[in-house]
Amino acid sequence: MSQPTEKPSNGNLPAKWEPRIVAFFCNWCTYTAADLAGVSRMKHAHNVRIIRVMCSGRVDPQFVLEAFAKGADGVLIGGCHIGDCHYVEGNYKAIRRVQMLRRILRGMGIQDDRFRLEWISASEGEKVKLVINDMVAKLRALGPLGLPRRFQGWDRELAPLEQAVQAEAKEVGAHAG
Amino acid sequence: MPGKPTVAFYWCASCGGCEESVLDLAEGILDLVGMVDIRFWPVAMDFKRSDVEAMPERSLLASMINGAIRTSEQEEMARLLRRKSQLVIAYGACAQLGGIPGLGNQFGRDQILRLAYEDCPSVQNPDKVLPQPKTQDNGRTVTLPQLHQVVRTLAQVVPVDYSLPGCPPTPEMLQQAITRLLSGELPAKGSVLAPDIALCEQCPRKDSKPTDLRLEEFKRPHLTRLDPQKCLLAQGLVCMGPATRGGCEAACVRGNMPCSGCFGPTSRVKDQGAKMLSSLCSNIAASTEPDIERTLATIPDPLGTFYRYSLAGSLLRKRVGPWT
Repeated sequence: MSQPTEKPSNGNLPAKWEPRIVAFFCNWCTYTAADLAGVSRMKHAHNVRIIRVMCSGRVDPQFVLEAFAKGADGVLIGGCHIGDCHYVEGNYKAIRRVQMLRRILRGMGIQDDRFRLEWISASEGEKVKLVINDMVAKLRALGPLGLPRRFQGWDRELAPLEQAVQAEAKEVGAHAG
Repeated sequence: MPGKPTVAFYWCASCGGCEESVLDLAEGILDLVGMVDIRFWPVAMDFKRSDVEAMPERSLLASMINGAIRTSEQEEMARLLRRKSQLVIAYGACAQLGGIPGLGNQFGRDQILRLAYEDCPSVQNPDKVLPQPKTQDNGRTVTLPQLHQVVRTLAQVVPVDYSLPGCPPTPEMLQQAITRLLSGELPAKGSVLAPDIALCEQCPRKDSKPTDLRLEEFKRPHLTRLDPQKCLLAQGLVCMGPATRGGCEAACVRGNMPCSGCFGPTSRVKDQGAKMLSSLCSNIAASTEPDIERTLATIPDPLGTFYRYSLAGSLLRKRVGPWT
């Protein structure tokens, strides 16, 4: 894998926004392919944080939602090609979940290009590069998802009362003291 | 009566079913008022907000608040009762998870107001008047609570000590909760006052649940003749049992209806809808993309199915737009 050329942003209103992808790669195929891409000194966009899982079938839909909720602009799942799963049918489980999860994400306004499932075998280092570069380009076109900032924005409607309550509590405390 | 612990009941964005569940104690309500003084309960007793405001801070032992929080008034009352109570209990699915009102988070506020006040077929509103937080009327200012942009769980607004799950909680659970509160033997803060196991574990049809489901299509209860003995998942229904907390004694399943998930998730699950989706979809028989799509299409409303009670409290909380 290529080294990041600049420090990743910390999620609080980055001056220059860079897409962030959380990638769940299966140990047996896609993670090995990413390793191959690195050893072969292939260069791809640095916007991806890879998390190794034993199987694409291990990716709980909660992982995907949590990645988005914590600030990912895109989530990528990589597994063995159909028929090649180390655990025989883990990738079938993955594709079934992904197809339903995509409908949930659509319902929540998260565009299809932000969530991607790819079959990448251990020898396809080149495909790791192509997929990541392509996804980064698509995320740049979409712009930030920025759920943590959106959550803060939504909760601003609670701020006026929160402040009023705190001011009153202080006043009560002052009288009591 | 001095000395008796005091409690309050309040309702926010809810249907009134939680209030009914208190009355479902039937003559047991006499035991309840024998143990505690109810100091505030708008649905049944004539206390006013000013009575609550006059109470000393933390003077109520517990406030049972049902309903989601979606207006400024509900938010104010939640904060007021929080200040006046030692314990705040999220009572029922809406307070705990957002409940049915939480499904409003699929839409924008303007969209909701337009539907309710303009487009609804039974509404006549030629001037397209929408509710305003402040209006002038003959020199007087009339105010209305403001509808929030987001429907929230109680815990997203004020700290919550315990939750009683259910749509609504069963009277037995309320009775046990009150007894537990009075005994002073309190569970860890944040606990849900119900067993921490999946409903399937308590289900009378548990033995007929196959270890390996192979679902060809999903059936809908009103279009299906159901076997009253056999596991509903095995019959092709979306039964939320695997991803839902027990404690209801499988009331719906005993009535030959699938679980819809009102008790929320167990403590090990962050997002009930995602967990159910995960369990259900990995068990479908199809293995090619078009076949999988065909099977999944037999669930017409996945958000309303998997997140029926838990959308507001889910990881994504609310649709990010765009609104139509």
